[in-house]
Amino acid sequence: MEVRPDIFLIILGAALVTFIPRVLPLILLSRITIPAWGMRWLNYMPIAVMSALVAQELFIDGGQFSALNTNVELIAALPAFWVAIKTRSLLGTVLTGVLALMLLRLLF
Amino acid sequence: MKTDTVQAELAAAPDDNEESFLQGVKDCIPTLLGYLSIGFAAGVVEKTAGLSLAEIALISIILYAGSAQFIAAGMIAAGSTATSIIITILLVNLRHLLLSAALSPYFRHLTPLRNLLIGTLLTDETFGVAIQRSARKKAISEKWMHGLNITAYLNWIIANLAGAVLGQWISSPEEWGLDFALPAMFIGLLVLTLISRSRYALDITVGLIAMIIAVGLSILWSPSIGVIAAAVIASTIGAVLEKWK
Repeated sequence: MEVRPDIFLIILGAALVTFIPRVLPLILLSRITIPAWGMRWLNYMPIAVMSALVAQELFIDGGQFSALNTNVELIAALPAFWVAIKTRSLLGTVLTGVLALMLLRLLF
Repeated sequence: MKTDTVQAELAAAPDDNEESFLQGVKDCIPTLLGYLSIGFAAGVVEKTAGLSLAEIALISIILYAGSAQFIAAGMIAAGSTATSIIITILLVNLRHLLLSAALSPYFRHLTPLRNLLIGTLLTDETFGVAIQRSARKKAISEKWMHGLNITAYLNWIIANLAGAVLGQWISSPEEWGLDFALPAMFIGLLVLTLISRSRYALDITVGLIAMIIAVGLSILWSPSIGVIAAAVIASTIGAVLEKWK
């Protein structure tokens, strides 16, 4: 039940870099505008970051490429993707992925 | 979906209260269940990543961003450096620039400090509700926006703590497949973002490029550099391809 100093610094830093993009345009945009190329670039950032994180979670294990034939996470990802597309529910996607992996680990 | 409920509620509300704080609270209600479930999952993941209850309270109070909290939990558990965690979160949260910029015309008459207060609690969900309302009403009331933001914020903190308390009683998260909550959440966020933008050809191209770069650089260099480089390079390619079309 305590806050470790290194974790505190991570949370504080993360909070600061989240706070600035939230407030800066609201404060400044009556005076300046983000150039069109900047908006276009920012527009792709969420997709790019999320894709990179998904790929890393599924294919990388301890800095190494996870062998495809023993990768149960990759198999569990398939029903998770399917439920996300069909239901558009984050909770449904998470529950499906977790249940699928639990069952796969029981079986294999 | 959610937005339909919001519009139904707005249509039913009497005109004289439409600008009030309380109306903002009411308009937040349709989103509460969604927030509650994501916050709850975030709490469980943060707990299983080894964060204490106090640290989970702190992260949901001062960071207050769903995807960023999942990323922080995952990267802390993986032993990433503080610098790489903070840069990754900066990149994933740069999208707030777009949300904040899109809302700025409605609050241009306010002082910088009052704009700062509105932006501090801005999220994807509250932005969605506010922009829906602006399409109907042509204006967004400051008090209404605070009602919306503060309701969403309190709900988020409660959800995180509830998830953290439950997460405490789970001794081996792997046995329950709970270590997959984080990847599954990223899958859900990615798919939902793709669907809501419905610009599939370019978005999927950018996503696949980001995946290949992330995996390649994670093996050759380091996983945290992999994510940052993949995000920057793939976004740049996306912006260039869009320009060419």
